[in-house]
Amino acid sequence: MRRLLAAIPVLIVASFLSYALVALSGDPLEPLKLRNPPAPQRTIDLETERLGLDDNIVVRYGHWLGGVLHGDFGESVQSTYDIGANLTRATTVTLRLVVVAILLALVLAVLTGVVGAVRQYSKSDYALTFTGFVFLAMPLFWVAIVLKDLAVRYNKATGTTVFFTIGETSQGYSGMSPGAKLADVAGHLVLPTLALALITYAAWSRYQRSAVLEVLNSDYVRLARAKGLPWRKVLTRHVLRTALIPLVTVTALDVAGILGGAVITETVFNWNGLGRMLLTGVARADTDAVASWLLLAGLVVIVCNLIADALYAVLDPRIRHE
Amino acid sequence: MSEAVRERSQAELVLRRFLRHRAAVTSLVTLLVVTLFAFAGPLLWRYDYADITDDLSQSPSLRHPFGTDLIGHDTFAQVMRGTQQSVKIALAIALIGTVFGALWGAIAGLYRGKLDFLMMRLVDVILTLPSIAVAAAVAAQGVGRSQWWAIAFVLGALTWPYVSRVVRGVVLSLREQEFIESARALGAGNARIILRHLLPNALGTIIVTATLTIATGILGEAALSFLGVGVQAPDTSLGLLVSINKDAVNTRPWLFYFPGLFIILIALTINFIGDGLRDAFDPKQTRVRR
Repeated sequence: MRRLLAAIPVLIVASFLSYALVALSGDPLEPLKLRNPPAPQRTIDLETERLGLDDNIVVRYGHWLGGVLHGDFGESVQSTYDIGANLTRATTVTLRLVVVAILLALVLAVLTGVVGAVRQYSKSDYALTFTGFVFLAMPLFWVAIVLKDLAVRYNKATGTTVFFTIGETSQGYSGMSPGAKLADVAGHLVLPTLALALITYAAWSRYQRSAVLEVLNSDYVRLARAKGLPWRKVLTRHVLRTALIPLVTVTALDVAGILGGAVITETVFNWNGLGRMLLTGVARADTDAVASWLLLAGLVVIVCNLIADALYAVLDPRIRHE
Repeated sequence: MSEAVRERSQAELVLRRFLRHRAAVTSLVTLLVVTLFAFAGPLLWRYDYADITDDLSQSPSLRHPFGTDLIGHDTFAQVMRGTQQSVKIALAIALIGTVFGALWGAIAGLYRGKLDFLMMRLVDVILTLPSIAVAAAVAAQGVGRSQWWAIAFVLGALTWPYVSRVVRGVVLSLREQEFIESARALGAGNARIILRHLLPNALGTIIVTATLTIATGILGEAALSFLGVGVQAPDTSLGLLVSINKDAVNTRPWLFYFPGLFIILIALTINFIGDGLRDAFDPKQTRVRR
């Protein structure tokens, strides 16, 4: 609870900084002013008034934040664009990508990390380490484009649509039965999730490997083996549980990066989610939209860190007793 | 005194340990070759990156080792220029991030208390936001938009919090040691303690972190250019080259794969070098044989 209270000022300062940065870095009315034939002065004045561009930055921020607290995310540069509704819709789209990618990356990281540590300095350890290093060095969009290209080639070669490469759902999605909807969403998730997870798991796998190594060398594991506990049981009950704690920390720290990665992945696969919303907002210098976006991202990151705190207590009994 | 018992300096020890790390040494040599290729290559190569030749859309040949694009640019020359720009930006990001981050972390760690609390909360604030999103928001519209130094500045400004967290951690343990106490007893002020005692002793960690920052810098620049808010034509960078050729992946794959492979090569070698440096500076945490 104390950590929750400490997180609120951090979130507020973060949102103010991002609001100010976006507001000060561009003029949303530039396209209007540079239009040919020129827009009438009256139009420009009205837009300035509607967007509150004449107020100073603190007033504008206060006005926007006050609105957000009441569920109103402000005025978009494009007057028909409903920021709140778009944010909700885009979040449901992007969240499934992010959540599934994190889960997949965690599974990959734990598997490769444990294998690498248990078979330290073996061929498989070196192969896994090298693969991890390669993924760590790859730009996410490059991996995504390569995966997409391979999928397109496969589809063409077999004359089927095994892999979906464009969009988050097929056309005619709204008319589908619930079962077909689920299958459609899952089908579109495969490639983007894989791309995001491959880039993400590599660093986690390194942490997992060294965490497992450390636990394997500890006295209590030696004791567990000495008293005749089966190896499998030692691994799951004693090693893995302790070795998961650092992974939880790193995962929570990386959530912001994964959200950024989702923006890139969505761009490659033409999703209409948070990625497109951000980039459209940025291109229009749409302060309220971009600031709302960043506020939501900050909120997600903070919530994930709080979840991580709760998970420590589950994994480490010492923390629970304090 | 015979040669055999000559005392070895710290730097010598680090160097010897680094040279024993085969992957790191191979990477260092590869990286030097790539850098030489990028900075000296253009002086020797017959085409400039801006040259438009009569060879349109050609696959790799002796004349154009990496092929040409739709309007006749020599991809080999473009990759050289792109590598140059990407390396320059990544180094600038690492420099800004490391200098600022190390000072910030050292000050917070030395002073502790309220100042530390406030300084680290600012770090939290920046780490709360997805840096690619913030960079995209600022770089798209800000001053000096799409200039290489502006991109470096924005990404550097989002990199230092990582460095400062790491450096603060090291400084927190250093500040309790006797040599700091003795420096204080001799009348050294805080500025002197940070610059002469804390930072030099944290140098190993700082160098390792800085190395890894270069790799993330290369990838960060590439990501920004891909989103269309990084380096802009007519200039070029590895990220921009991959990005503008993403639709050619199927038809003229050389345009897409060569610059991409260079990004991977650079980031991969830098990460291996960082790994080797970490082992060299801190032999404690390696080689626990069971």
